[in-house]
Amino acid sequence: MSVPAHPPAAGYDSAGFPLPSAPVPESEAVRLEMLKAYPPKTRKKREKQLLANDPATPPEIGANTRTIPGIITQRGCTYAGCRGVVIGPIHDILHITHGPVGCSYYSWLTRRNLARPKPGQPVNYLQYCMTTDMMEEEVIFGGEKKLAAAIREAHAIFKPKAIAVYSTCPVGLIGDDIHSVCRKAKEELGINVFGFSCEGYKGVSQSAGHHIANNGVFKHMVGLLDEPDPQPFRINVLGEYNIGGDAWEIDALLQKCGIHVTATLSGDISYEQICKCHTADLNVVMCHRSINYMAEMMETKFGVPWIKVNFIGAEQTAKSLRKIGQFFGDQRLTDRIEEVIAQEMAALRPVQADVRSRLQGKTAAMFVGGSRAHHYQHLFKDVGMLTVAAGYEFAHRDDYEGRAVLPKIKVDADSRNIEELDVEADPQRYNPRKTPEQIAALQAGGFNFKDYDGMMAEMKKSSLVIDDISHHEMEKLIELYKPDIIGSGIKDKFVIEKFGVPCKQLHSYDQGGPYAAFTGAANFYREIDRMINSKVWQLVTPSWKKPADPALALGRGIDSPANQAVRAVVSGLAKAWKPRQAAAAAPES
Amino acid sequence: MRKVAIYGKGGIGKSTTTQNTVAGLVEMGKKVMVVGCDPKADSTRLLLGGLAQRSVLDTLREEGEDVELADIRSAGYCNSLCVESGGPEPGVGCAGRGIITSINMLEQLGAYDDDQGLDYVFYDVLGDVVCGGFAMPIREGKAEEIYIVCSGEMMAMYAANNICKGIQKYAESGVVRLGGLICNSRNVDNEREMIDVFAKRLGTQMIHFVPRNNDVQRAEIQRKTVIEWNPKCTQADEYRTLARAIDGNRMLIKPKPLSIQELENLLMEYGLLGN
Repeated sequence: MSVPAHPPAAGYDSAGFPLPSAPVPESEAVRLEMLKAYPPKTRKKREKQLLANDPATPPEIGANTRTIPGIITQRGCTYAGCRGVVIGPIHDILHITHGPVGCSYYSWLTRRNLARPKPGQPVNYLQYCMTTDMMEEEVIFGGEKKLAAAIREAHAIFKPKAIAVYSTCPVGLIGDDIHSVCRKAKEELGINVFGFSCEGYKGVSQSAGHHIANNGVFKHMVGLLDEPDPQPFRINVLGEYNIGGDAWEIDALLQKCGIHVTATLSGDISYEQICKCHTADLNVVMCHRSINYMAEMMETKFGVPWIKVNFIGAEQTAKSLRKIGQFFGDQRLTDRIEEVIAQEMAALRPVQADVRSRLQGKTAAMFVGGSRAHHYQHLFKDVGMLTVAAGYEFAHRDDYEGRAVLPKIKVDADSRNIEELDVEADPQRYNPRKTPEQIAALQAGGFNFKDYDGMMAEMKKSSLVIDDISHHEMEKLIELYKPDIIGSGIKDKFVIEKFGVPCKQLHSYDQGGPYAAFTGAANFYREIDRMINSKVWQLVTPSWKKPADPALALGRGIDSPANQAVRAVVSGLAKAWKPRQAAAAAPES
Repeated sequence: MRKVAIYGKGGIGKSTTTQNTVAGLVEMGKKVMVVGCDPKADSTRLLLGGLAQRSVLDTLREEGEDVELADIRSAGYCNSLCVESGGPEPGVGCAGRGIITSINMLEQLGAYDDDQGLDYVFYDVLGDVVCGGFAMPIREGKAEEIYIVCSGEMMAMYAANNICKGIQKYAESGVVRLGGLICNSRNVDNEREMIDVFAKRLGTQMIHFVPRNNDVQRAEIQRKTVIEWNPKCTQADEYRTLARAIDGNRMLIKPKPLSIQELENLLMEYGLLGN
């Protein structure tokens, strides 16, 4: 974090972080308190994933490793990352889940990735939920025939441009060859049909699914249509999924500046846009974790360079716009960008100042995603709030410590399980967008390609960083930090609110959004103001503070008598079990 | 009712041994049901005089849930009752899950109920214990008594030892026990002695040594068990002896599988004995 040359603004320290109005506990002490409850093996693993931050030299964090059973993780599965996150938002292809009905039903529009019909493009299949409804008979006899029939049936009804098929766990176990079914369907129906081997068990989190999705989109869609849009200054926005309409805000803002979005991967995007996204001049990456693979592969094959941007937070949005302007190096564009920033900031400042008057010095904690726990810190900072603790659900070390650590990341067996595509420059279509001289000139001016320094470099010193947070750690965090708000997901939202702390879902935005760009920022400020200052959760008396109900006298917390009793029984069983196993396994003398 | 499962290496002669032994038992007047747990559905061919059986899973698929016991169970030699679980074509689906489904179906249809008056149910299970599905008869107490068909050939003994590991696992938590090894002779050197010692080391017995005799193949060509084909031949008596031995067997134990090294040593010791 660079230190601003001018004196700090009122309510901010010299490094630009908001000053908290109440004292913040010492993070190392909090860390030890959180780890105290764990048995030695769990503690050994968790202590690598739970660190006091140092932005200058981020410590090495344990990330993208297997979840310890029983910590009550927030994580999702590989299928969710592939079908739910990366490819699900494409609105004019049919998404068929090959598997039992639940996998399909529970991935149906729950992420609020919105799409709207456009002129000449009236099709939107996102409201549909399609599954092969695999049952015991298909598990025993194989599900390929039912899948082929489902593809045919869906095609007969909808006549889509393309169909994507997603494998769930049982499909991998029984070995259905979805790719050959898709190949045959492609020949038979004359449309693009492709499959994703994204069985839920394939990775330690949904992150593996993102990678599988990137590979599939790149192999089966990107580069199919060599028709560049006529507009100048063409970019793709990668890793933006239009939750609550974010992509629309970003689109409108860029358009105002004169920057054209060929494709947003994959918020409110059409099949055709993906097929021609390799014709853009620049890729800007929002969520580094879920889509850096695509950015890298497009650069290698087609010569499209990529930069990291962030349209979450007013300052960050302005910075990102300027960076795009710098890339194109066109004076008229640069002037227009400055004009738009000035206009937007003029409209935003009164809202920001008003909300900051009520939020200055409050604190937040965030445990979400692979980029949001980082990006949203800027929105909080805009209104004078300090993020005291943050962590990702499924990110890797580079998202925490920055891409500089990439060569040092150990590839473990779980990651090796996921295919790395072997990508080469396209003999005809590879076209570097900048000459080496232009690149050198840009870099001399402080412009960096592929630059992601990660979350830790932009968090205050000694703030707490927690990867794949457990429920126990969340409870301790609330107890010790008493944050004014927590950004998280549906799995812990209500646990948090039962403690009297408001929880903003940062996966789905609850019912809100958009929060991106300047207009979205205003929405977010107001929403946080409402949530923190309405104090609705503090007005509720939780059941455990009411007079004891003997029927519910089970106690709470890891050290409650009830839990101690359970632990005693379990450890007794474990002791009794071990020698018996050992005796049985001993060879006969 | 005694619940017996026959395991052993693929091709060792499980189906042949099971059906010939069952023929011996029914000849003694016992009421026996044979459940073939092999997707090939060829475990009851000799008792039925051909592959005349509709498998449980095929019936379930064609009829839906409206299945009667009579649809999937046929009477064979001497009123033995024959069922084939069936399963998917090679290379697709999950045959193990199929066995689970089909045994559950038989239970729901009352095939094991007291009013059936069964003395024995025999499960004839495909090959090695390859996955959870094929272990179904020994899990959850579907079979309580296991006999392993083996020979003095190395791979057959490896397989038998592996199956013992599966039995041991479930014996710890359930009722399943090993009843003995059936040596289906391949005319290996010192075969009888070796399997006898192997059985003892596993903590069990060689319940019978079935000599190699081409009458078995002659009967098979006629789609008959040896006892039905030629009740007077010596091989028919061998199967009668095996049937009586099983009927009288009370030695049911938790096996103690050998380490690979112990097994290798045993083979070295007996395999080289005569040379």
